Amino acid sequence: MIPAAFDYKRAGSADEAIALIGQYGDEAKFLAGGHSLIPLMKLRLAQPTVLVDIGRVKDLSYVKDAGDHIAIGALTRHMDVEKSPVLAQHVPLLAHAASHVGDAQVRHRGTIGGSIAHADPASDLPATTLALGATYVVQGPKGKREIAAKDFYKGFLESALAADEMLVEIKVPKMNGAGWSFQKFNRRAQDWAIVGVAAWRNNGTSGVALVNMGSTPVLASAVSTALSKGASVADAAAHAADDAEPQGDLNASVEYRTHLAKVLVRRALEEASK
Amino acid sequence: MSITEERTNNVIGQRMLRREDPALLTGEAKFVNDLVIPGALHLAVLRSPYAHARIVSIDVSDAASMPGVVAVYTGKDLHSTWAAPMPCAWPVTPDMKNPAHYPLAIDKACYVGDGVAAVLATSETASRDALDAIDVVYEPLPAVIDLEDALSDRVIIHDAIGTNKSYTWNLKVESAEGAVDQAFKNAAYTVSERYIQQRLIPMAMEPRAVAAVPQPFGGDVTLYSATQVPHILKVMTAITLGIPEHQMRVVAPSVGGGFGSKLDVYAEELLCVALARKHGAPVRWVEERSENTQATIHGRGQIQNIELAADKDGKLTAVRVRLIGDMGAYLQLVTPGVPLLGAFLYGGVYHLPQAYDFSCTSVFTTMTPTDAYRGAGRPEATYAIEVAMDALARTMGIDPYELRKRNYIQKEQFYDATGNHVGYTAFHGLNYDSGDHLAAAEKAMQHANYAGIRKQQKTQNVPGARKRLGIGMTSYFEMCGLAPSRVLASLNYGAGGWESATVRVLPTSKVQVVTGTSPHGQGHETSWAMIAAEKLGVAPEDVDVLHSDTAIAPLGLDTYGSRSLAVGGVAIAGACDKVIDKARLIAAHQLECAAEDLQFDKGTFSVKGSPDKAVPIAAIAFAAFTAHNLPDGVEPNLEAQYTHDPKNFSWPFGTHICVVEIDTETGKVDVLKYVAVDDCGNQINPLIVEGQVHGGVVQGMAQALYEEAVYDKDGNLKTSNLAEYLVPAACDVPPITTDFTVTPSTTNQLGVKGIGEAGTIGAASAVMNAVIDALSGLGITKLDMPASPNNVWKAIQSVQGGK
Ligand SMILES: Cc1cc2nc3c(=O)[nH]c(=O)nc-3n(C[C@H](O)[C@H](O)[C@H](O)COP(=O)(O)OP(=O)(O)OC[C@H]3O[C@@H](n4cnc5c(N)ncnc54)[C@H](O)[C@@H]3O)c2cc1C
Repeated sequence: MIPAAFDYKRAGSADEAIALIGQYGDEAKFLAGGHSLIPLMKLRLAQPTVLVDIGRVKDLSYVKDAGDHIAIGALTRHMDVEKSPVLAQHVPLLAHAASHVGDAQVRHRGTIGGSIAHADPASDLPATTLALGATYVVQGPKGKREIAAKDFYKGFLESALAADEMLVEIKVPKMNGAGWSFQKFNRRAQDWAIVGVAAWRNNGTSGVALVNMGSTPVLASAVSTALSKGASVADAAAHAADDAEPQGDLNASVEYRTHLAKVLVRRALEEASK
Repeated sequence: MSITEERTNNVIGQRMLRREDPALLTGEAKFVNDLVIPGALHLAVLRSPYAHARIVSIDVSDAASMPGVVAVYTGKDLHSTWAAPMPCAWPVTPDMKNPAHYPLAIDKACYVGDGVAAVLATSETASRDALDAIDVVYEPLPAVIDLEDALSDRVIIHDAIGTNKSYTWNLKVESAEGAVDQAFKNAAYTVSERYIQQRLIPMAMEPRAVAAVPQPFGGDVTLYSATQVPHILKVMTAITLGIPEHQMRVVAPSVGGGFGSKLDVYAEELLCVALARKHGAPVRWVEERSENTQATIHGRGQIQNIELAADKDGKLTAVRVRLIGDMGAYLQLVTPGVPLLGAFLYGGVYHLPQAYDFSCTSVFTTMTPTDAYRGAGRPEATYAIEVAMDALARTMGIDPYELRKRNYIQKEQFYDATGNHVGYTAFHGLNYDSGDHLAAAEKAMQHANYAGIRKQQKTQNVPGARKRLGIGMTSYFEMCGLAPSRVLASLNYGAGGWESATVRVLPTSKVQVVTGTSPHGQGHETSWAMIAAEKLGVAPEDVDVLHSDTAIAPLGLDTYGSRSLAVGGVAIAGACDKVIDKARLIAAHQLECAAEDLQFDKGTFSVKGSPDKAVPIAAIAFAAFTAHNLPDGVEPNLEAQYTHDPKNFSWPFGTHICVVEIDTETGKVDVLKYVAVDDCGNQINPLIVEGQVHGGVVQGMAQALYEEAVYDKDGNLKTSNLAEYLVPAACDVPPITTDFTVTPSTTNQLGVKGIGEAGTIGAASAVMNAVIDALSGLGITKLDMPASPNNVWKAIQSVQGGK
């Protein structure tokens, strides 16, 4: 539980952080809430030689109504996402999903940007923002660019972020009163999901994404396609795992995970259809 | 004999808050790792990544030259340091195989986590970094993780003993030769069941930590350790290192839980002492969490085959048990004895004739050594008999409670024909001190609304039901209060089972209690002060309890096996009696009357019949201190030491009932209700009793639903952190109803029995019986622990063909 030696730099702004990362290169890593990175370092599965702490870049912690979408600063803590009145009104699915992340301590430290940048398929917010059709704003030495959530996740803990780029904002379309559901199945209340489902439905359109059903968060497009063609909830849910390539682990075999995805998608769609 | 003497001081039985808690809750309590030890060197241990491998070579040169590194040692380097291998105190049979076990492996590593080299450095980080620079060449050998495979001797783990079998231990009790076979032949009903007690990781909140501090001159060493057993550790360290015992002092500061895992003598304790002496400097070590999952003992690990024979009414006529015990790679302090602690309990709380056939064969595997874990042998035994009882009830088509009622040892059976309470002498010859199983069970039934749940099941558990309801029960006996020394001798245990106490009334009438028990979360300071306050008629706040330092409390056998109250607490009461007897002589002298004419009540001696002639014990204490006017032959000071060797085990009992609902689509088990009705005899502090039940129940329930040390086929532990090894958190704990019956023990003056392990003993089987009850309508009558969603789902799939 003792990480390898590293240097620590604190950045006061996004520009400074990006400059520092550029300066130290591949061996450096951003440190946001530290709740994914530090455990890996303690197990020596990650051994960055420099940490650039962006945790105090205050102006990247916000939730703003930006017209057709809500803009969320990358450094916004899970707890602030969970408690945001703006999100409660316009994107209740995301606020609710954030309330299911770990325990209270984790939610007070972990950030939405860290969760998305870490690109862990078992995390709740990558899949939820994927289901919602979010766009991620990233900033590098040459300025900002936008990446759609569906193009962002490249593999296990791999994303479209370049090493010298920082995620600065998450843009989430307003849900406009869509029905929604977040299903998180785990053995202990505060665990990561064995399988999770984020889903919404509105007048023939829908978004369904799966947590922990492959090496990336999975957009269950086959379910939405079936629904758009008029399939019943139960029939659509049968396609839950069509786009997934789940792995087996101590808590769930591949078969069981696949089965769970179908059950949970069905339950999610039932709830979202109410 | 009378059950308990009349009490008048009203301290015992109060729900007093624990005096330990303010320091613990504010973080002020000092654990080993909080000790500031100037100049200490830090130990780190390199552990084998292989379950079974020959150590071909170890190159420490790079590590040794790293900054801050003082020395690096291999097993070979230190071989001559050890006067003896690491101790196993319980050679259960004369021919038991016990391979030599050293703090660092010498030729071969026998489990993932076996220490192969040690670094001493000036900082913890430097010691840890140096581990990565040690180059070990291993020749991997096949892992042995399956008990039956181990028994086949396909791969021999310890070449020197030539077999993986450690011992076979039998307990066969027959009224006449062949009684067991005969009973099975004549039985109207039989069941034959096989259960797996999965390995569990004790996972104390505080991992182990050690600091050895040598004195600059003379060779004395103080060993600070997060241990449950400072006294045993002192003796064993002296023997293993060849240090004169009087030069060893062991201190257990605040200890953050143990559950049996700190009832041991560990490699790191011996390494710290040996290297501290070698280097003439303090040496300290603290275990990392993942390290703890591999380098600290595991619990359970048994394959149980149990057969019951019953007559046409379901009355048990014989029990046959065959166990295979997983010892892990080596025998630790009491490893081989754990199955024996359960050996007497496979007949449960039932009246069984002398037709009992128990046999346990224990084997070595290439996994972390096992040893005592909360309940040690008794939860396993209770699980087997109680789950088998449900199987028998199903076979007979009767209600499991009805079957139990027909078999309970009846209250009347604790009395002789003339109505004297004599205890119940069981088929194996041990005497159960007192009991009333039916009363506890009836109370539990009411709390659980058993009849109501059975009725609700009829409407809820219809074919295709998404949620099925189940209710399960367990009636248990806990054999605790370890232990009468003579019984331990008959089991070939290497020590006695007594406990010591010293009670001292200081000149200002404050009281010191010195105990040989060694608390690590149980609240002994609170309870022991209450016992002394009750006996001496002083306020509990005026009693201080000293413990866990062999310089302050030199005599003791420590804390495990629900023994502390029934043995150590009773010793305190006995020491108080001796103090009162002495004080009585002084009081009689002062009041100029005969000692027999004095009564002692609420801390005051008074002459029977003339209450105005009285003197408080405070005045006696001062008189004993000044010694100006003592009767002839009475020594100054008011102090007495008493050692209690229990006449018998104590036998707490009770009934636990669990209600579950199972989601048949996902396989998830929800515990809706848990009722624990326990009888631990008289209760010193009911608040602490309830806390012990809560914790125990959660641990037992965790075995049923969550916890399992999982190894892959190569012997790698897959559950080596708290994300993978599922210890339930507070929010996973269902509502627990606790209630009690009080049937005092008749074999000690406090009438107490012990409650430390009861919850764990009752819970796993109560939960699993409820789970199987919920699923039996689907045709599922068997399920291994843990009843994880995946396992339950798989079981449902297997009977419904995936539908
Ligand atoms: C006990 C525990 C339980 C948890 N349970 C859950 C759970 O149930 N569900 C869940 O979803 N998560 C869970 N988490 C993870 C938690 O949500 C983390 O906070 C989150 O995944 C990562 O956010 P962070 O701010 O802590 O990131 P960090 O750990 O600081 O960083 C993670 C990675 O992202 C990079 N990074 C961080 N911010 C940025 C950025 N702005 N731009 C570019 N790169 C960046 C870092 O360099 C690092 O590689 C749990 C964590 C713990 C410790």
